[in-house]
Parts: sequence; C-alpha cells; structure tokens
Amino acid sequence: MQSGTAVEMRGITKRFPGIVANDNIHLQVRKGEIHALLGENGAGKTTLMNILFGLYQPDEGEIFINGRKVEITGPQKAIDLGIGMIHQHFMLVEPYTVLQNIILGAEPRRGILIDYKKALARVLELSDKYGLHVDPHRTIREISVGMQQRVEILKTLYRGADILIFDEPTAVLTPQEIRELMAIMRRLTEEGKTIILITHKLKEIMAIGDRVTIIRRGRVVDCLPVRESSPEELASMMVGRNVSFVVGKKEARPGETILELKDVTACDERGVQVLKGLSLEVRRGEILGIAGVEGNGQQELIEVLTGLRKASSGEILLRGRLIRNESPRRIAESKVGYIPEDRQKRGLVLDFSVGENLVLKNYYEPPYTERCLLRHNRIHAHAASLIGEYDIRTPDERTPARALSGGNQQKVIVAREVAGDPDLLIATQPTRGLDVGAIEFIHRKLIEQRDSGKAVLLYSLELDEIMNLSDRIAVMYEGRIVGILDPRKTDEQEIGLLMSGGRASGGGGSAGHAPGGGAGDHADESGVRA
Amino acid sequence: MNGLVRRMLGESSLIPIVSIVIGLLLGAVIMLAGNYDPIAAYGSLLTRAFGDMYNLGETIRQITPYIFTGLAVAFAFRSGLFNIGAEGQFIMGAVAAAAVGVLLEMPWYLHIPLALVASALAGGLWGAVVGYLKAARGVHEVITTIMLNWIALHLANYIVRGALLEKGLARSRYIHESAWLSTSGLTELFDNARIHYGILIALALSALFYFVLWKTRQGFEFRAVGFNPDASEYAGINVKSTFVKAMFISGLFAGVGGACEVMGVFHYQTINSAFPGYGLMGIAVALIGRNSAVGVVLGAVLIGVLTYGASGMKFGAGVPEELINVVIALVIFFVAASGLVELLVRRFRNRNRTVH
Repeated sequence: MQSGTAVEMRGITKRFPGIVANDNIHLQVRKGEIHALLGENGAGKTTLMNILFGLYQPDEGEIFINGRKVEITGPQKAIDLGIGMIHQHFMLVEPYTVLQNIILGAEPRRGILIDYKKALARVLELSDKYGLHVDPHRTIREISVGMQQRVEILKTLYRGADILIFDEPTAVLTPQEIRELMAIMRRLTEEGKTIILITHKLKEIMAIGDRVTIIRRGRVVDCLPVRESSPEELASMMVGRNVSFVVGKKEARPGETILELKDVTACDERGVQVLKGLSLEVRRGEILGIAGVEGNGQQELIEVLTGLRKASSGEILLRGRLIRNESPRRIAESKVGYIPEDRQKRGLVLDFSVGENLVLKNYYEPPYTERCLLRHNRIHAHAASLIGEYDIRTPDERTPARALSGGNQQKVIVAREVAGDPDLLIATQPTRGLDVGAIEFIHRKLIEQRDSGKAVLLYSLELDEIMNLSDRIAVMYEGRIVGILDPRKTDEQEIGLLMSGGRASGGGGSAGHAPGGGAGDHADESGVRA
Repeated sequence: MNGLVRRMLGESSLIPIVSIVIGLLLGAVIMLAGNYDPIAAYGSLLTRAFGDMYNLGETIRQITPYIFTGLAVAFAFRSGLFNIGAEGQFIMGAVAAAAVGVLLEMPWYLHIPLALVASALAGGLWGAVVGYLKAARGVHEVITTIMLNWIALHLANYIVRGALLEKGLARSRYIHESAWLSTSGLTELFDNARIHYGILIALALSALFYFVLWKTRQGFEFRAVGFNPDASEYAGINVKSTFVKAMFISGLFAGVGGACEVMGVFHYQTINSAFPGYGLMGIAVALIGRNSAVGVVLGAVLIGVLTYGASGMKFGAGVPEELINVVIALVIFFVAASGLVELLVRRFRNRNRTVH
C-alpha cells in the first residue's frame, strides 16, 4: 500500500429542503486502500459520493484530491481529476458492443472517424493489466450482468480513473460473481488504484474492506480499520442500536397445498419462451423461496401468477381451482396478496395519498364505494387504523405516498396486501433498498403470515434473505425449477451452482467443477453462460 | 372552504400566476421596444374586454368555448392521455348539433337537450376511437388525434354540404329557433352581444369534471391510471378500458363546446377551410389551469380576455393585435417551463428570508 491520502473531504455539509443529507462529514481515503462507506439507505452516503463525483455541490466544506484542494464542478471535472464511478444501475447502451460502450464519449479519432484500432489496443491492455476479461466485440445484450459490470469498470479505467467509487456493486451478482468482483477489486488496488465501496452489506466489508467509515443520518459515526471490528459492532454503529441477524422463527408446519403449478410455459414480449415447463407447489404455513440469477424467468413467473402475463400452457391451481390467465383483479379477489418488486412503479401511485394507496386493491367495493361514489371518510378511517397498526411514518393519511421514505412506502404496500387477508402472499424483492430496521419489520411480517397459516412465495435476489426466511428453496434457471433445497442442509455454494445452471450433485464429488473455487477469473465463463 | 382557498392560492396556483405576470411584463418590454405604450395598451385591452355590457357579453362568448376544450384536454391529461384532438371533437359536436338543429323540429325543451346529447355523443365517440386505438393497437394518441382532427374537419364539411347546406352560401341552413341557446332577453341585456347560455353549461360541466374525478369510483380509476398505469394494472384496474372511457368523456366536453358555438353564437355551421382553433387553445387553457376544474375556468377567462381584448389594444394604443399572441405564448412558455419559474420564486423567497 502506498502512503498518502487520495481523497479527503472536510466538513462537508449538504442540505436539501427539509433535511440535512450530509452534516459536517469528514472522510479520508488513503491511496491504494479499499475504503468502505457503510450506512443505511438514506444515511447520506450516496449524496456524499455524488458530491465527490461533482453531481451535487456541497453547501459547506472542502475537498482535497491527492492533497490538492479542488472544486468539483461537474462529473467531467471529477473524471479529469481521476475519479470514476461504477453505478448500481449500469449506464450502458445495450445494442452497442463492449468496445463501443467503453469508449463512448471519449473516442480516439482519426480525422472525423473513430479510431477503433487504437481503442481496441488500449482496452485490451487495460483488461489484461487488471484481469478484467471481456469480449470487446459482443454487444451488451449478449453478456452476463457480471460482465456488464466489468465493462463499467473498464469505462472508468479507460478515462484514466485512479479513484473508483463502487455504488452497491454486488446487488445484481451471483455469489460466484461477487467473489470474482472482489478479486478484481484486490487486483485494482494492487495496481495502485484506490477504491471507495458504498454498501450496506457487512459481509462484503469484512471480506474485502481495509477501513470503513460509518455514516448514520448524515453524520460520521466512526472510521476504523475493518480488522479491528466485527459485523455486530458495525451493524450497531450503522443502525444506532443492537440488531439481530438471525430471523427468529419457529419450525414450519406446512399444511395443504395452496398454489400448484404444473408444466407452465410463457413467453416474454419478444415471443421467446421464458418459462419452459415450470412446476411448483406452495403450501399453507411455509415460505417457499425462489432463488435465481436475475432474468431466468422469475419476473415472468410472478407476472403469470398475478394475472399480468398470459401463460401459453400448463395449469395453475389455487386451492384446487384453475386460475390460469384470469385477470389481475379476479386473482386478487381469490385471496392472493402481492408485494411487487418495484414499489414506486408497480406498488404505489406515488401522487395518490397514503389513504388512497391503502385501498388501491379494494376501493371499488363497499364500504369504500357505494353506488359508484367514493366514501372518502371511510377510506380515511381505514387508512388511519392501518397507519397505526403498521407504524407507517407519515404526517397523515392525506400525504402523498411520494413524500414517504422507502421503508414507509413499503409498509404501505405490506399493510394493504396483508390487510386483505390473503391465502397466498407473493413477495418479490420485498426489502430491496430498505434500511435494516425496515428489513427486520418486513421479515417479521412475512414470518407472521406464515405462522398464521398463509402460504408465502418469496422471490429475492438477496441470497441471504432467501436462506434466512425460506422453509424450502426452489432454484430457478432458464425458466425451470432446477432444484428444491432445504435451507438447513444446503449452502451458498450449492445454490450458486444450481443458479448458474450447474447440475445438482446426487451425493458428492461435484467439487471438481464447482466454479469460483479457486481461480476466480474464469469461473463465470463456465458458470453463468454455460 | 378554507381548504379550497388554500388550494387556490397555494403553491400550485402560484406558478401560473407568476408566469402570467412575467408574460405580461415581457409583452410590455416588447411593446416598449416597438415604441408603443404598454400601459395604454393593456388599459385599452381591459376596457375593450370589460368596458361596457356589449363587450362584456362578447368576452364571455369568447371565454365559453375555451372552458369546454380546456376541460377536454385537462380530463385526458388527468387520465394520462394527451388529447390534441379537442379540435376535431369540437367540430364533430358542432356538426351533430347543427344536424339535429336543422333537420329536426320539436319543442325547445326536447330540442336543446337532444342537440346537446347528440353533440356529446359525437364528440365522445370521436374521442373514444382514439382511446380504442391506443388500448387495442397501441397507437399513440397524439398521432391519432392529429389525424382525426383533419378527418373531422372534412367530414363535417361533407355533412354540411351534403345534408344541411344553405343554397349559395358556404354554411348550413339556420337551426330552428327551438334549438337556440341564446334568447332575445339575454341578447338585449348585453346590448346585442352574442352571449348565450352555453356559459352555464360550461360551468356545470366544470363542476361535473371535479365531481367525476374526485368523488366517483370511476374517477379514482382515471386518476390512478393517469398517475401510474403500471401500478393501476397491478391493482386490477382495466387500464385499456379506462383509456377508452377517459377519451370518451374528454371528447364529450369538446363536443358539447362545439354544439354551444352553433346553438348559441352562429345558429348555423360554416364550411371551414381551417380549424377554428379552440381545441388547440384548450391545451394552453389546461396547462395554465394545471388540469383542475377551477384552474381551467380561470385559464379560459385569461385567454378569452386577452384574445378578445386584443382588438382594443390596436384601437386604443395602436399596438398590433397579433402582439397578444406573443404575450399568450410567453405565458404558456413560462407555465410549461414551471421549473424555471419555481426557481425564480424560491430565489425570491430565500432573499426575503435572509433580509428579515
């Protein structure tokens, strides 16, 4: 590790109307280290990094890069200073090739033409040096998410970044891909790059971080070497109180089958078959977790179940009744609750009040509607009682849902869906982007539902969540369930292997072709695109 | 009541008001640049619009159609649709009313409602076609409404020529007096101005607009789809049929507006070589009125006063009438670029705060 300070932010304060997002924050990042920035959603870490990347201007405070005071007036200035940002949601042009994406906006030119030869040479040199293997001539569409992330990293390196900011980089990756990413990050620091890692996952910080700065409610709580800390300590600093990682739950007592799928097939918008004969069962009193790499048909499965997508063949039975291709309303009326993946796009009408959102599924029935007229006072009374019961933090039920924090928005959805007393509760990524407190709340509610004899179907990309909550895990790969596992008898390695299309081993002896076991670089070549 | 006042004077109406002021001020700057006296110009504009009973009646006559088309555009907006076709729906309503008024004979208490219902259906169906094409075939409503405007223009002319024509003139025969929305008493009260009872229908429809959107189940669905069709679909609302219904109601507003022009102002339908322009101005009215019932009425008053009073500017201060279009355009520009105005308002407020 080299000596010296790569980034120093002194006394950064940034106010937004109503809140102080950053309150006198000090951040010091040493050259060549992996510095983790830990905090809950809304703690202010993204704001801080957006200031460093020039997207916001601080109201107070100074920034030093390599010891020199700088004014970062915009992203271009940040890039000129050698700062690169790898966003959580990739900023890639899908139909373009890897090479075109990397050079986009900084193309080497020969006259008025782009000098692809020169560009290619430079990209290959970079990818070799840092172990970032990609095929420069494939289009973004054709490559895996892990590969796309490498393209993002190469983009910043191509622009001469020495300081790389990773914003929640592991959210979309499989366990194997995460290990590879960590290897890449190590390699980058060995080659003299400095990394700032924004995350709320303690495991990753423990695995790869050198030092960690913890931010809570816009203030720095502490900055300490990772080696001298423990996950428990970090978690309590992040949240401000002790947190339990283990979700307390009793033994499941599964009852009759509520949902049954037999050989279901369905196509996506382009007419490509994405569900290829999927069979599945969910019983009363159990949580069935669906694990899988994004884009293996989970989204389509959920849409078919909720009536938003037509299945082409197969049977879907709810308590023994065929519900295939019924309308969303009809399915919801058959006691199916649904917590959608994208709460802002699908779950809520953000410009509607909390009260209106709480009746979004049953506004049309008595007591909320009588003779085609809305009964606003009853809608408000209903809202007031749910707001109390679910501890939804909102000034009142007339406040637009847009004004609520992510966790409270999700509580509105959970309250609405659970209040409908469903037999089957479908939860897709129910805790995405939520802080620890809200995650605990949602998890507790899901287990409560299970214990009260509901069938719960949980789909999440967070493997820990699946492992912790599920009573059975169904692994999905390319539109099929490729294995049903008992979470007490399996581990990430086995699930990860199934998720990436590897065969489940009968007894043992599969260790030989388990990817990611040793040399990380080639693992996803054999795994993800197998 | 308190809430209503607050809503009218709250943040949402501040932007349009500031935009109007900026528009008028910039208009004044342009007048100064042209060596005209802006104070005299605006003064004579107001005198023309409100100076005597005749002009007041004519101003109200000018405002009336803007309310109808403003409501049409605003209603579609609330349901997530951009209705550029109020123009065509307006024409279809007008020709339907003209046909009922010319071809049928009956007592006024049947004739007027029948003509209005016919125009509502004509305008509504003309709008519903757009909703259907969007729902069933995914055609964007901006494309279809623009095309249907032209079809409406020429179809209406065809109907007038074929079935209603007054020989030797480029217009239909007079509608029977039993279908008139103007009465001699009202006309005399306003010194022979062409004011008619359509203004009352417009105000009633504004109330209906508010009632449907905020008090009914169907209105809940319109607004939900308008804000977020994805979440609406997840909540079990049939988004496609909502589009069709919303466009029907939107077209209905414009269609009745067309009928009121025929039944109240002209008492015949002309063969149009170009659009009367009320539909397009409806977009501006809805924009200025922020798609609310009260806002649309106020927006229509503004546009009506400016366009009618403009002739007074020429008379009183020698300012070319066309300049008022620049002022209207500026107002619309600043309402549309509300972010810009918000920035100004906030600046101003912050400065005030630091001063105190």
